[in-house]
Amino acid sequence: MDDMESGIVKKFMFVNRKAPHGTVYALEVLEMVLISAAFDQDVHLAFLDDGVLQIKKGQTPAGIGVKNFSPTYRALEGYDIEKLYVEAESLAERGLTEDDLLVPVEVLSRAEMGKLMAGMDVVLTA
Amino acid sequence: MKFAVLVNEGPYNHQAADSALQFCKAAVDKGHEIFRVFFYYDGVNNATKLGEPPSDDRNVTRNWQKLAEDHKVDLVVCVAAGLRRGITESNLAPGFRISGLGQLIEAGIHADRLVTFGD
Repeated sequence: MDDMESGIVKKFMFVNRKAPHGTVYALEVLEMVLISAAFDQDVHLAFLDDGVLQIKKGQTPAGIGVKNFSPTYRALEGYDIEKLYVEAESLAERGLTEDDLLVPVEVLSRAEMGKLMAGMDVVLTA
Repeated sequence: MKFAVLVNEGPYNHQAADSALQFCKAAVDKGHEIFRVFFYYDGVNNATKLGEPPSDDRNVTRNWQKLAEDHKVDLVVCVAAGLRRGITESNLAPGFRISGLGQLIEAGIHADRLVTFGD
């Protein structure tokens, strides 16, 4: 990691589209996000489709024998990762509102999310 | 152009690894540079030396090794994803190396484009 001090700052976006459990993608995206914090980049997180469920309050996955990593989203603030965006349509389609989420987010329409993505340098999706 | 490539799926189960290989070959043939290929999620399984596909099928791991040999491409396997799935130095195919996720972020910073293959 000798390039951590390269001075280049790019806009990174991690796009979460999958439910928190059932596949490993959500957990391993979170690992990427945490590492990216060490590189002083302009990090954005987007939650859309079933990805909005990743930050739903009250997750208790012990019953299916997997780790509850949702508290980690609350810790992102401590890594200066505070740009979290949620797609309004995805929330509505799943009967959720902003009050169901465990972290402060900015809710954007699908069209606004598209515009935001278009302005990113590096987009990583899972 | 300088490309970085992210491979998110293992070989054979999914077309992603084959597509990534073909992309790398095509890019190099056109005079572009592959800054790094990073293997994450089940993509780390591309790097096992224990795979023995039938002789009439392609050998994805060997194809990656050939790409690395012919064009000096840096093939990096995520250590954390690898440990989770049993990919370690003991079964790592020659031509690959194991390192941290920082190598992916660094590739994103230094490449002109980062291209993802997988779901």
